[in-house]
Amino acid sequence: MTSIVKPRIAHPALPKNELGLTRRQYEGAMSTLCAGCGHDSVTAAIVEACWGLSLRPEQLAKLSGIGCSSKTTAYFVSGAHGFNAVHGRMPSIATGANAANRELCYVGVSGDGDSLSIGLGQLAHAIRRNVNMLYVIENNGVYGLTKGQFSASADVGTKSKRGEANTQPPVDPVLLALTLGATFVARSFSGDKRQLVPLLQAGMRHQGFALIDVLSPCVTFNDHEGSTKSYAFTREHYHAAVEADFIARAREIAVDYAEGESTVVTMHDGSRVRLRKLDPGYDPSDRVAAYDYIERKFADGEYVTGLIHVADGSASELHAANRTTATPLNRVPYERLSPGAAALGKLMARYR
Amino acid sequence: MQPTDTGHPDHYHRVVDCQWACPAHTDVPEYIRLIAQGRFTDAYLVNRTSNVFPGILGRVCDRPCEPACRRGRVEEKPVAICRLKRVAADHRDEVRAQLPRAAAPNGRRVACIGAGPASLTVANDLLPLGYAVTVFEQHGLSGGLMRTNIPAFRLPAEVLDEEIGAIVEMGADLRLNSPVTSLKALLADGGYDAVFVGSGAPKGKELRLPGRDDSDRIHIGIDWLHAIAFGHTQKVGERVLIIGVGNTAMDCCRSALRLGARTVKVMARKSRQFFKASEWELEDAESEGVEIVVNHAPKAFVIEGGRLTGLRFDVLEYELEDGRIVGERVLREHVEPCDDVILAIGQENAFPWIERDLGIEFDKWQVPKVDPVTFQSTRPGVFFGGDAAFGPKNIIWAVEHGHQAAISIHRHCRGLPVAERPAHAAALASRKMGLHEWSYHNEYNPAPRRLVPHVALGERFKKIKIEVELGFTPEQTALEGDRCLNCDIQTVFSAPLCIECDACIDICPVDCLTITADGTEAELVGRLKAPRRLATEPLYVSAPLKQTGRVMVKDEDLCVHCGLCAERCPTAAWDMQKSTVKIPHACDDEPTCQLPSQRQTA
Ligand SMILES: Cc1cc2nc3c(=O)[nH]c(=O)nc-3n(C[C@H](O)[C@H](O)[C@H](O)COP(=O)(O)OP(=O)(O)OC[C@H]3O[C@@H](n4cnc5c(N)ncnc54)[C@H](O)[C@@H]3O)c2cc1C
Ligand SMILES: Cc1ncc(C[n+]2csc(CCOP(=O)(O)OP(=O)(O)O)c2C)c(N)n1
Ligand code: SF4
Ligand code: SF4
Ligand code: SF4
Ligand SMILES: [Mg+2]
Repeated sequence: MTSIVKPRIAHPALPKNELGLTRRQYEGAMSTLCAGCGHDSVTAAIVEACWGLSLRPEQLAKLSGIGCSSKTTAYFVSGAHGFNAVHGRMPSIATGANAANRELCYVGVSGDGDSLSIGLGQLAHAIRRNVNMLYVIENNGVYGLTKGQFSASADVGTKSKRGEANTQPPVDPVLLALTLGATFVARSFSGDKRQLVPLLQAGMRHQGFALIDVLSPCVTFNDHEGSTKSYAFTREHYHAAVEADFIARAREIAVDYAEGESTVVTMHDGSRVRLRKLDPGYDPSDRVAAYDYIERKFADGEYVTGLIHVADGSASELHAANRTTATPLNRVPYERLSPGAAALGKLMARYR
Repeated sequence: MQPTDTGHPDHYHRVVDCQWACPAHTDVPEYIRLIAQGRFTDAYLVNRTSNVFPGILGRVCDRPCEPACRRGRVEEKPVAICRLKRVAADHRDEVRAQLPRAAAPNGRRVACIGAGPASLTVANDLLPLGYAVTVFEQHGLSGGLMRTNIPAFRLPAEVLDEEIGAIVEMGADLRLNSPVTSLKALLADGGYDAVFVGSGAPKGKELRLPGRDDSDRIHIGIDWLHAIAFGHTQKVGERVLIIGVGNTAMDCCRSALRLGARTVKVMARKSRQFFKASEWELEDAESEGVEIVVNHAPKAFVIEGGRLTGLRFDVLEYELEDGRIVGERVLREHVEPCDDVILAIGQENAFPWIERDLGIEFDKWQVPKVDPVTFQSTRPGVFFGGDAAFGPKNIIWAVEHGHQAAISIHRHCRGLPVAERPAHAAALASRKMGLHEWSYHNEYNPAPRRLVPHVALGERFKKIKIEVELGFTPEQTALEGDRCLNCDIQTVFSAPLCIECDACIDICPVDCLTITADGTEAELVGRLKAPRRLATEPLYVSAPLKQTGRVMVKDEDLCVHCGLCAERCPTAAWDMQKSTVKIPHACDDEPTCQLPSQRQTA
C-alpha cells in the first residue's frame, strides 16, 4: 500500500467537460491495491469515462461485492452514491436500488470470484431480469484478495504461482451473458484504455444490462509465466473483433467510413456508438454468430475483445417488464407509497 | 524518436533548474534538504564549495535560481532559495576547521588586482594548491563593491569580515591601500607566474546636462554610496532625486532616507515593465516610502543663485508594440524641486593603469578582449574576471569567473593548455529505502511562499547600519524548505523492466507520463496525456518497451518529484534517484580541499 498521498495539484491545462470539471475531479480515494494491479487502470478508465460523459457525481451509484476488484469503487468519483455488498451479493443490491430509483446511473464493479464463483446465481438473475446497469467484471483468474487461489474464470492448464495447473473448465462471463439474453456484451483489457473507455461510456448509456468482462491482471498472484491472465499473455492472445467509438449526444460523427465498414448504433439517450469491424465477416447484432465466433477463436488460442454483441434492450428492461412507476420511490408521496390498512384490505378482498 | 541519452551529464542537471541557472551551479535542493534536517553547517559547506560566500549571498544575491525554480511552474512563487541560504549561514557552527587549507608552497606566485569577490575566489581556489597569492587593493577595506556600495542595512560588515576573513586567514597576502598603478611594472618586476585582474567596473556613468558642473549637490551614485560606506558622507538634503531605476538606484534611495531625506523620488525614464531593478528591491524601496516616478526624462539641472533647486524633465508618452517601444512623444515639461540629485544610470570599466602595449587587446569601447571560457586575455598568463571582464554583473557571476580563472591559472602554471577544461560529470543513486520508504520527504506541501520578517519601519531608519531583514523563523524555515520539490531526486526509467501496466500513467498527479507508439517529436507531442506547455522542455523518450514496442514518454515540465510513479510501479522500472552533478574546481581532489571526515578515509 502506498504511503504517499496523491497531491491535489493538477496540470493547469487539463481539458474541462460540459460541467466545467477536469478528469481529476472524478477521482476517489487513494488506491490501496498492489502497485501495478490491472484494477487500478480500470479505475482510471472509469474516471475518464464518467468525466467524458459529463456525469454529475451524484447521478452515479457505485456498487460492488468483495474482492480487490470490489474495493475499487472507493477509488473513483468520491461524490457518487455507493454500496459495498457482501461477497457475490452485489447484483441483488443493484436490482433493489435500481427498482427504487431508475434515474441514477448504476455501475457495478466486481471480480471473477465475486461474480462467477460465489455470486454466479446472483449475476445470472440480474442479467435475466435485464437490470439497467453497467456491470464490470475485473477478471484476473484468481481470488486476489485471498492470495491467489484459482477462480471460476481460470483457464484449463493455466498455472498458479506455485506451478500447479488448473484442471476445471472456466466460466466465460461473455458466453454466459449471451446465453442469458444480455443486450450489451463486451470484453476488454485493463491495459487498453483506448478500447475500454468508449465501451464503458456506451455501457453506461445502454438501456438494459450491459456486461463488460475486463481482463485485469493480478500483478501479485497471476502475472507469471504459464498464466493465461498475465499482462504478457493477454497482449499476445488478444483479438479485437470490433472497435467502438462513443459519440456523446451533442457531438457530430467526425469521420465517415465506407458503407459496410462501420455501423452506428443509437443509444437510448441519443448518444451513438460507432462500431468498426476489424473482422469483416463479424456481425455484432447476431447473438448466435457472436457465440460461435468466440468459441472458434478461443479454440485458436485467442480472446475476442471489443463490443461483441449489442441489441435494443429497452423493451425487456426491468422497469418496462414490471410496469413500475417512472418516478423514483423517494419522490412518490408517502400516502401513495403506503396507502394504509384500508387499501390493503381492499386489495386482499380481490383474492378471496 | 531517438531514445533520450540520460548518460549525458547535462541531462539530469537541466531538471535541477535552480542549480542549472546558478552561475556557480550551487546544489540548491541538496542544501535545502540539509537545512530542513537542521544540518545548517553541512548546508553551509555545500554552498561554500560552489559559491564561496553563502552568508553574503544569502542576503544580497541576485538569485537567478529563483525565477528558474520549478515551484514557480506549479504555483505562483518560487521557493525562497536565497533566504534559506541565509538560514544556513546564520545558524551554522564554527566551520573554519572544515574549510580548505593552504598547502605547502608550490613555488608559484599569483597576483590578484582588487579585493572583490572575483579575486577572493581565485585566492580561495589557489591557496589549497600551494600558490602564493597576493591581493592588491587600492582601498583600506576588502570586499570591493560588496563593502563599498552594497549598504550595510542589506549586508552587515560582520558578515563580510567573517567570510573574507576565512580566505585571508588561509594565507592570502592581502595588501590594503595598495593600488596597482601600472600593470607593466607589476608584470616586469613582480615575478608573478600569473596575474588576475579583478578590479571591477569602478566608473559611474555621467549625465551631461546643462548645469551639471554648477553645483556640488549632484552626485554619482556609486561614488556617493562609497562615501557613505566609508563615513565621509553622513547627511543629505530634505528632497532627493535619484536618476535611474536599477539596483544602484534602489540602494541610493534607501540610503538617502537613512541620511535624513524627507522625500525621495526615483525618476525613471520609462515605465515599470522596463525597469532593471529586481522586483524585490523595488518592493523594499516602495515599502519604505520611496516614490517611483515614471516616464520622466531629465533635461537640465535648475540652478538658482548658484544653488541647485530642481531638475527639469520632459514628461514622455511611449508608443508600444508587442511590449516594445516604437515611438515616444513629449507631453510637457516639469520641474521637480530638490536639494540633491544622485545619478544612478550605470557603471563602466576603466583601466587607466593598464598600458596598451602589453599585448592585452582592448575593443573600441576600451573593454579588454577576454575569452568567455578561460577568462584569459590576449596575453597568456593575464586573466580577467568579475565586473572587470565583461562589465557590471553581480557577485555570483564574479565568483564563477573566479573559479574558472583559477582552473585556467592552475593549468597555465603547469604548462597545460588553458582551453582544455575539466568535464562535468553526473552520478545517480537510488533513494529507495524499503518497500514504501524513500529517503527524502516527497509529500507535496501546498504552502505559499513565506515572507521574511523585517525590522519595523520606524526602527530601521535610526541608524544606517541596522540590517532590515531579520531572516526566517524556525517555523518559516521548515515550511519554506518543504516547498522545495526535490528536483534533484530524479525519475529514472529502465525500459526492460516495464510491463506496461499503466500504473505510473494513471497515478501521476500532473500527467507527465505517456506510453504511446513511437513517432516523430511532433507526433509524440500530439499524443501526450496532458498538453505540452513549454516547447523548450525536451521530452524524455525511452527505448522500445518489451511487450508492445511502444515507448515511455515524459514531459518533465510539471513533475513535482512526488515519487508516485516509482511507488506505484510493480517492477521498479521507475526509480527515484538523487542526481549529483560534479562541477569541477581548481583544487578538486587535493587533500587540502577535503573535509576532515574525508581526509581520514583518504
Ligand atoms: C550599488 C550597487 C549595489 C549592488 N548590489 C548587488 C547585490 O545586491 N547583489 C549582487 O550580487 N551584486 C550587486 N552589485 C554588483 C556587485 O557588487 C558586483 O558585480 C561585484 O562586486 C563585482 O565583483 P568584482 O570582484 O568583479 O569587483 P568589485 O567588487 O568591484 O571589486 C573590485 C575591487 O578592485 C579594487 N581595485 C580597482 N582597481 C584597482 C587597482 N588598480 N588596484 C588595486 N585595487 C583596485 C576596487 O577598489 C575594488 O575593491 C551591486 C553593485 C552596486 C554598484
Ligand atoms: C462469504 C464469503 N466467502 C469468502 C470470502 C473470502 N473472499 C474474499 S474476496 C474473495 C475472492 C475475491 O475474488 P475476486 O472477486 O476475483 O476478486 P479479486 O480480488 O481477484 O479482484 C473471497 C473468496 C468472503 N469475504 N466472504
Ligand atoms: S492481489 Fe492481485 S488483484 Fe489484489 S490488488 Fe494485488 S494485484 Fe490486484
Ligand atoms: S515523480 Fe512521477 S508521479 Fe510524481 S509528478 Fe513526477 S512523473 Fe509524476
Ligand atoms: S508502473 Fe512501471 S511497469 Fe507499470 S507502466 Fe509504469 S513503468 Fe511500466
Ligand atoms: Mg479475481
